[in-house]
Amino acid sequence: MSIEPDRLSPVQDEFYQALMAAHAGLDETESHALNARLVLMLANRIGDVNVLTQLLQSARSYSND
Amino acid sequence: MAYEYKPFSYVPPAGLTQAEPRHAVAIVGAGPIGLALAVDLAQRGIRSVVLDDNNVVSVGSRAICWSKRTLEIFDRLGIGPRMLEKGVTWKIGRNFHGDKEVYSFDLLPEEGHKYPAFINLQQYYVEQYLVERAQEFPDLIDLRFKNKVVGHQDLGDAVKLDIQTPDGLYRLEADWMIACDGAGSPTRARMGLDFSGQTFEEQFLIADIEMEQSPFGDADVPERWFWFDPPFHSGKSALLHMQPDNIYRIDLQLDAGADHKAEAAEDKVIPRIKAIVGDKPFKLDWVSVYRFRCIKLDQFVHNRVIFAGDSAHVVSPFGARGGNGGIQDVDNLGWKLAAVLKGEAKAALLNTYHEERSFGSAENILNSARATNFMTPKTPIEELFRSETLRLAQDQPFARKLLNSGRLSLPCSLEGMALQTPAAAQVAPGRALLDAPLISETGNSWLLNEVQGDFTLVGFGDVTLPDLSGIRRIGINQRADHPCFTAAGNHAIRRYGSGKAYLFRPDGHVCAVFDTPTEQAVLTAKARALGAELENAA
Ligand SMILES: Cc1cc2nc3c(=O)[nH]c(=O)nc-3n(C[C@H](O)[C@H](O)[C@H](O)COP(=O)(O)OP(=O)(O)OC[C@H]3O[C@@H](n4cnc5c(N)ncnc54)[C@H](O)[C@@H]3O)c2cc1C
Repeated sequence: MSIEPDRLSPVQDEFYQALMAAHAGLDETESHALNARLVLMLANRIGDVNVLTQLLQSARSYSND
Repeated sequence: MAYEYKPFSYVPPAGLTQAEPRHAVAIVGAGPIGLALAVDLAQRGIRSVVLDDNNVVSVGSRAICWSKRTLEIFDRLGIGPRMLEKGVTWKIGRNFHGDKEVYSFDLLPEEGHKYPAFINLQQYYVEQYLVERAQEFPDLIDLRFKNKVVGHQDLGDAVKLDIQTPDGLYRLEADWMIACDGAGSPTRARMGLDFSGQTFEEQFLIADIEMEQSPFGDADVPERWFWFDPPFHSGKSALLHMQPDNIYRIDLQLDAGADHKAEAAEDKVIPRIKAIVGDKPFKLDWVSVYRFRCIKLDQFVHNRVIFAGDSAHVVSPFGARGGNGGIQDVDNLGWKLAAVLKGEAKAALLNTYHEERSFGSAENILNSARATNFMTPKTPIEELFRSETLRLAQDQPFARKLLNSGRLSLPCSLEGMALQTPAAAQVAPGRALLDAPLISETGNSWLLNEVQGDFTLVGFGDVTLPDLSGIRRIGINQRADHPCFTAAGNHAIRRYGSGKAYLFRPDGHVCAVFDTPTEQAVLTAKARALGAELENAA
């Protein structure tokens, strides 16, 4: 699988906190839905189908771990 | 060898039999913060009386991890080298998920610094060293054990304290009272100050054990091991850290609802530890169960009563920001209080202690709260994100950076605050000094030894320093009629740039940077750092 370079630091902790805050107070179904919306929005932000396909494959490759 | 606690002696204070002359400073609490402040003030010629209800150093090690900036401050206070020599400089950090190692890092020391990023040393040693250091100032530090402050009254221009001793009650007055009386501060309670914030539900078992054999394998390298969801303690987190004298620190996350008395009992603790260290023989040294909080006071300065250390702010220990934050309070407050007492600055300067350290403690709270949240997911979705982060961390560098078992304390930057004169520079005004090795004809030194303690103007490379009275001057890679050094390994020039003059405050923070340091510009910047531009508070 392709290794993604780190583009998130030094704001990683801030992001993670904001992500958890976005989920605060939602039940599991609602959280699931939020994640789905977020994936679609991030895909739109990336906007490059090659990159997106690679990311999908990479994310999928961990499913058998 | 376990630490041998030796009680300090109680001497009946003068105030029991006659009224004491007014003191300049009364420090309540002889923990690391109160003691460090007394030493800082004494080094500036300011007398203090230190009152502590107890007569031994911290029982149980509590703080173990001391950061580079703290060590640099302790260097100025005279105990840095001793701490470094006794402490364990840890190198390798390993993070585990289950029984798999997900990520390890080598804390390779960056070249050209007197002190490493961190050492581990039990709090009782730090307090012992501080007491011994304080005793080197018998005329300036009046250390009174078994003197419990039971009341105080702000008289407007002084504070009256009521003190209980084994021989009865007495009173004294001081111009300033500094409350260094810890997380449960009786001073704070007496003043009815709100101290509410985030309390974490989870409890943590903290144990120090004495063990001959290293748990880190044969290499005998000090390591720090952190487990998310360890095989021996399912669903929780665990930490193993090394201290001097073959003492190891273990932190284990417990259930929110765990019975803390039962959890601290030997029959419960020993099997938990055996599960981590295996059948290596060990002795329990200290066990305690904590529930952590992240809270600060809204205001650190209340007229003549000033809060420092845990009385002003508490954090969860992940990231080691409690004691380290408190030592930065001392570093910030010491020179300001001395300047006010000597009439070199208005009392309003002390408000900038609140401005600067309240900001610093908020930063510490933010970081330790994030770490604690990451370590203790609260909902299934938090759990899910955490476990997928751990999965990705095995080979994705960005995910490794997301793992958070504590972001270790870094020096706080005071950029953009009132005392600093803004300038563009490699080390911007507000930042703490970056150390560097120096060479001179009379011997080797470190930048921190040359600039800390007093206002100091440092010329780096090709820049001419004006002749100034009242400001210490040094030059690096230049020749002049003030003391000059060569930048060993060129570190100083690389860190600060060439052709620049930096003005450092007594606490080693940069407060101004000049291309052409005229006498007028330097004196104006120094006056600003002493609060000349502040409105005097009523
Ligand atoms: C488990 C644990 C691990 C920690 N790990 C770290 C770490 O690795 N690194 C780090 O930097 N920090 C750490 N900390 C935090 C650190 O221990 C504290 O921040 C530090 O002790 C604060 O020092 P202090 O002097 O403000 O308060 P304290 O050490 O609490 O001292 C307060 C003093 O005031 C005295 N006192 C109280 N009331 C009165 C009264 N009425 N009259 C007179 N005297 C009084 C007390 O007896 C005591 O001596 C940890 C804390 C815990 C609990």
